[in-house]
Amino acid sequence: MAEASPRPGETPVIELRNVSKTFGEVRSLSDINFAVYPGEIVGLLGDNGAGKSTLVKTVMGFHKPDAGGDVFFKGEKIDDWSVARARGLGIETVYQERALCEKQPIWRNMFMGREPRTAWGLLDVKKMREESARLMSEHMGFTSAAVHPDNVVTTMSGGEKQGVAITRALYFDAQLVILDEPTMGLSLTETKKTLDFVSNIKKAGKSAIFIDHNIFHVYPVVDRLYVLDRGKVAGVYDKSEISMEELIDRLYRVARTGTLE
Amino acid sequence: MSDEKPKNNRVAPPSFLRRYGSQLGIIGVGLVMWLGFVIAAPTVFTNTFIYVAFAQTTPQFGIIALALTFVVITGEIDLSFPSIMALGTAIFCIGVTHGLVWPVALLLGLATGAACGWVNGFLVSWLNIPSLVITIGTSFLFRGLELVIMNGTGVPLTADMYPGLHALLRESYFGVPVQTLWMLALLGLTWLLLNRTRFGAHVFLVGDNPTSARLMGIDAVSVKTRAFMLTGVIAVFCGLMTSVYGYYFWPTTGDGFLLNTIASVFLGGTSVFGGTGSVIGSFVASYIIGAINAGIVSAGINAFYTQLCFGLVIVISVVLQTIIDRKIRRQSITGR
Repeated sequence: MAEASPRPGETPVIELRNVSKTFGEVRSLSDINFAVYPGEIVGLLGDNGAGKSTLVKTVMGFHKPDAGGDVFFKGEKIDDWSVARARGLGIETVYQERALCEKQPIWRNMFMGREPRTAWGLLDVKKMREESARLMSEHMGFTSAAVHPDNVVTTMSGGEKQGVAITRALYFDAQLVILDEPTMGLSLTETKKTLDFVSNIKKAGKSAIFIDHNIFHVYPVVDRLYVLDRGKVAGVYDKSEISMEELIDRLYRVARTGTLE
Repeated sequence: MSDEKPKNNRVAPPSFLRRYGSQLGIIGVGLVMWLGFVIAAPTVFTNTFIYVAFAQTTPQFGIIALALTFVVITGEIDLSFPSIMALGTAIFCIGVTHGLVWPVALLLGLATGAACGWVNGFLVSWLNIPSLVITIGTSFLFRGLELVIMNGTGVPLTADMYPGLHALLRESYFGVPVQTLWMLALLGLTWLLLNRTRFGAHVFLVGDNPTSARLMGIDAVSVKTRAFMLTGVIAVFCGLMTSVYGYYFWPTTGDGFLLNTIASVFLGGTSVFGGTGSVIGSFVASYIIGAINAGIVSAGINAFYTQLCFGLVIVISVVLQTIIDRKIRRQSITGR
């Protein structure tokens, strides 16, 4: 197992040390050590209920780790970790559940939680509308006749909604982009587009955490892989160390027995 | 991302009808009712006195409807504002009868409203208690507190005693009752607050999908609490306006305000499901409700019909909203 620092001397963008998360009686994460380095794409694999989404939401500050676990951003320990803080530091997420407000127009969704303001302290609605229109045509390549910044999200297709969620994560010049099951429910072309997007993150020198059920989506784009099982890190692999076949083999084994070896 | 950009993907914005359809439809229903009154009692409804009368009385609940719109958009409801009206005004009365100058007492009263709103907001958003239930509880709580501290007695608030207060809340300027001027000013302010501030943007987002809003870093607890506090402060302002209008603070102040205020919010197109709504809708709807109210009484129709009308307005507007909402979502009408 490639534990310890895969890049000696480098500081991770985000690091979790001994993080556990308990919901009532259920321990969703236990003693997780997890790090993402600059310019690196980290894959997160694991069966349903392995704790992938909980881990992501802890990285994002949505869940507060249990006492004893720490979150470090660029080497600095951060105690008051929250979603607003994480986003302020340049961590963006495309959530599995998309985190859209579907009765609202696209422009409100695009700028959710960080609405631009004018010098008067009032919302810059004009800018939000114009920027949304620009992003939609430049980045999302919308051809559907149903899309306009004032359209409400509920009228859009699944792929279009995902487009809004992804563009929202990319637009704010994030240091670290987290994609939680981004290809779920997408068509083949939409999936391909999403995977291209993940590769582009790396080209832009940014980091990403990529979570997907489908190992054939994850393996080609990532540098390193974490395998989670029942709330624990069951293994960490450099892609050079392990072939896809071996990985699949081990994932089956971990699902059956709880150990990788 | 995509290598080929579509040459022309400028598409039309959603049609006017789709955007404002529900509000237009609901206001249409109100206008039809009002036209019914004009036909039923033409002598009353062609006389300007009736319009002056409801320009004075409508803002007493209409202004609260503006603030309550925020709470309803967040997906909650506040049934305790009539009691907050009374409690805040009672604090004002205690202040002035104990020698405070009225502006200071006014601030104390408004602060009481903010505190009551905070209690509601805290219980609803922080402890996640359904607002429909808990604000019935706090309604009794605030009313009971007011009755206890006033010992059930009223306080006169005549123009000789408080000329400044009457200038602020009861006179007419340029022939327009000051109540309606206040309502117009507060319409402008609440419109700005809802449509041009982050708080307003977050009110929509939290009401639409609180989980999404939280995932994107919006503090839903704070947003809801502030919406309840706004309603509390405005309720006290209206409690005072109502009392000054009648020259007297009655310990029962606020009774009878619940239905017309809530009817105004729903008639104005604010969705009972949260996430959508408008203060302009509530503004227009308040005057329609005011017209119904004044109309029934002055047309000599049995006042029992008032409740019937409000009932119809609330039921029809909520049903219409639901149907239009499902149409937009392309769901079946019954939602199944």
